[in-house]
Amino acid sequence: MEKMDKPLTKNIRPDRAFATLADYESTGGYQGLRKAITELSPKEVQQWVKDSGLRGRGGAGFGTGLKWSLVPMDANVLQTRYLVANADEMEPGAFKDRLLLEQDPHQLIEGMIIAAYAIQAKIAYIFMRGEYHLAAKRVENALQEARTEGYLGEHILNSEFNLQIYLHTSAGRYICGEETALLNALEGKRATPRAKPPFPLVSGLWGKPTVVNNVETLCNVPHILQNGVEWYQGLGRGSDQGTKLFGASGRLKYPGLWELPMGTPIREIIEEHAGGMRDGYKLRGFLPGGASTDFLLPEHLDVLMDYEAVAKAGSRLGTGTLIVLDDKTCPVQMVLNLEQFFAQESCGWCTPCRDGLPWTVTLLKDIIAGKGRIEDLDTLAGLTRMLGPGNTFCALAPGAMEPLQSALKYFREDFERYIVGSHAVMESS
Amino acid sequence: MKKQVFEGLSSAEIDEINAEMSHYEDKMAVSIEALKIVQKYRRWVSDECLIAVAELLEISPTQLEAVATFYNLIYRQPVGKTIIHYCNSVTCWMLGSDQVQECLCRHLNVELGEMSADGEYTILPIVCLGACDHAPVVMVGDELRLDITEDAVNEILGR
Ligand SMILES: Cc1cc2nc3c(=O)[nH]c(=O)nc-3n(C[C@H](O)[C@H](O)[C@H](O)COP(=O)(O)O)c2cc1C
Ligand code: SF4
Ligand code: FES
Repeated sequence: MEKMDKPLTKNIRPDRAFATLADYESTGGYQGLRKAITELSPKEVQQWVKDSGLRGRGGAGFGTGLKWSLVPMDANVLQTRYLVANADEMEPGAFKDRLLLEQDPHQLIEGMIIAAYAIQAKIAYIFMRGEYHLAAKRVENALQEARTEGYLGEHILNSEFNLQIYLHTSAGRYICGEETALLNALEGKRATPRAKPPFPLVSGLWGKPTVVNNVETLCNVPHILQNGVEWYQGLGRGSDQGTKLFGASGRLKYPGLWELPMGTPIREIIEEHAGGMRDGYKLRGFLPGGASTDFLLPEHLDVLMDYEAVAKAGSRLGTGTLIVLDDKTCPVQMVLNLEQFFAQESCGWCTPCRDGLPWTVTLLKDIIAGKGRIEDLDTLAGLTRMLGPGNTFCALAPGAMEPLQSALKYFREDFERYIVGSHAVMESS
Repeated sequence: MKKQVFEGLSSAEIDEINAEMSHYEDKMAVSIEALKIVQKYRRWVSDECLIAVAELLEISPTQLEAVATFYNLIYRQPVGKTIIHYCNSVTCWMLGSDQVQECLCRHLNVELGEMSADGEYTILPIVCLGACDHAPVVMVGDELRLDITEDAVNEILGR
């Protein structure tokens, strides 16, 4: 019997062995695909996913069924369309897609076949970061198994639908995860983002309509088809549907990753699942959804982990993997670590980001070295606006500013302590 | 010093690159995979190799160089037999990645990015390896190693 409340991880075993095709089929695997291909039209599959309420798990939370329905479908039947699974997962603090890729690769493959059917794509790619060696091996094996069993290739399940899936392993650059940069990377180019419009849905890989979806998003799809829209909607606890992989890392008793209903309160994740802080440490704050989300405070522990509730609290659900700040880690130094990452990973295409991020790093380093002035805090605040939404070519820079702007708001005294301290030293010498 | 003569890409390399080409709409698309295939055999991409790959893909060497230098996992300088990547992103940093790096470099007596005297190792930083619940983590060659301590470093380096 399938564990109905944890569809995404029901095949995942504590010994970290992976689900073979037989394991996957024994818990209902490929039944969703069978239903889609034999009973439903592509448009109907799109509608099911739309009705389910599934939203993208790659960070932006765009409606998945809605996204698919925007792909031009009426053009001639020979029109090439592409599907891409985004398995680039390089956001610091995010560690959810690796689990799905390594331990239940058929779930992703089935989700991709259904998605490709829904948009009538004949070629799909899995864009995986180069460091995920074990995941690459297991996905490649699973693709082979799926081909042998007739789930992939020509005339899938004896239908008229054909699909090839290829694995592309990347060579390490965070910006490749941004969907238009990813398309350039897949085309073998430098991964700089593309101007939008045209959106990839209309003009993507080699100018053809292309849907990019996150790994976890696609992993939800087979279950929606197999168990139905109503069942899926019943899984959420807040305003969003389904379950999600939530994680927590930092100085916790039991850092980890858990599949929980959308809308699970943050307190439950940190205090129950992660067992609270390690002895001798207190919770000072947390980034709810990876490195590019705003800090929240202990007073936000009762916020529900869904898109709206976290946004209302002033941050973003992002990847749903919490990074916890304890009372013995300096928030200013933590922000410096984050900004060094973003400065290093900026693609350098647009000026505010290319120049603004290194400047941010320099200011933070000076402050920490005791060479900061109080005006530097205004300069940093100015940078968070200059690199904010709408002023840069892609969302990397605005994402980089989120932890900084919230740290300036919530941890201002930590910044000031370095500055006041340096003045004290100067006066006494 | 004796300079190794470059005799062109091996037939194994060319076969593997050609196999990848069938997955894409044009040849340029395999540029990253082609460089990675060369690296699999030679550890790094020399100028000669870069030019040979560019010829095979029918693009200019400058175009390919622009791609090669963009990606962190393409090495344009010699590296040790095993690369040890230590994660220096936020959670690993919080839980001691600086000490992990210091310990690795001290044991091998190398700077970051430098090849150890015996040609066995190169230590490089890397961004979040997607295992933050087991920080700090390192990747030894292709293998992810979790919850790294000084003892674990000793064990990895076999001393
Ligand atoms: C700098 C940057 C990095 C990103 N990295 C990833 C990533 O590694 N994986 C991912 O799925 N989405 C990533 N995204 C989001 C993608 O652009 C895109 O929104 C997502 O893949 C869409 O899939 P979804 O609708 O299923 O969420 C990134 C965005 C930005 C701006
Ligand atoms: S915001 Fe940064 S990463 Fe995005 S295009 Fe501009 S320079 Fe590149
Ligand atoms: S921060 Fe090191 S593995 Fe994620």
